[in-house]
Amino acid sequence: MDVRFINAFIDGTIDVLKTMAFIEPRPGKPYLKKETAAQGDVSAIIGLTGDAKGSLALSFSAGSIIKIVSNMLGEDIQEVNADVRDAVGEITNMVSGVSRKCLESQGFNVVAAIPTVVAGKDHTIRHVMGGPSIIIPFETDYGSFVVDVCLG
Amino acid sequence: MDKNIKILVVDDFGTMRKVLRNLLKQSGYENIVEAEDGVSALKVLKGQKVDFVISDWNMPNMSGLELLKAVRADADLSKTPFLMVTAEALQENVVAAVKAGVSNYIVKPFTSEVLNEKIQKIMEKI
Repeated sequence: MDVRFINAFIDGTIDVLKTMAFIEPRPGKPYLKKETAAQGDVSAIIGLTGDAKGSLALSFSAGSIIKIVSNMLGEDIQEVNADVRDAVGEITNMVSGVSRKCLESQGFNVVAAIPTVVAGKDHTIRHVMGGPSIIIPFETDYGSFVVDVCLG
Repeated sequence: MDKNIKILVVDDFGTMRKVLRNLLKQSGYENIVEAEDGVSALKVLKGQKVDFVISDWNMPNMSGLELLKAVRADADLSKTPFLMVTAEALQENVVAAVKAGVSNYIVKPFTSEVLNEKIQKIMEKI
């Protein structure tokens, strides 16, 4: 996968969480993932078309997403509830938007669909392209999450 | 500036409506109504006087752009200030919104300062 796509998704993720949740996540080294099991407790996936065909997913541990959404809403949230699941979709939508804007400035035109949220123990992320995906791991002081990208 | 204006917040994500409501309250706007897509937003606009619309772009049933076009095409609603708040930052989206008569445009993510500044700029022009 073109490193410019990886960088756009890393920068987009950091920008969204810094601005909306006042949390600056620390990216780790990307790696290849072959199984469909999600890495987190709640995930959202969004289809991409245009110059990048495939899908982008964000998968959060309960600890990280509860703190992120608490900060976004200015509320003390205790568990993965409807607001948290809803927010994961919106965060994924925003990360997709910022990343695609960054890619547009480099000559790539990428269009996104509306995100789908999946939650629960041992849930899976099924990318449209079906092949192996690249995982970009992130750490926060409240837990980890990953950006999971599969492009054809 | 009149902080009692009635603002309609349109977004299919409940959390985003909540975020917008919180940010608006921080800036002193308390008179807020909500809708979850363009179709329900039009019903609100036709059923009560709304002074300002803040709408997302990507929504099921009727998108923010379709809502904007419907508002501008309705004689009773056509002058309503319309702020698009969206993750769609691509140049072609901005151009389409401007052509359809959007009052201003904010790209997510954004801060309360940016939101307040955009609202004030729109209201000053009225």
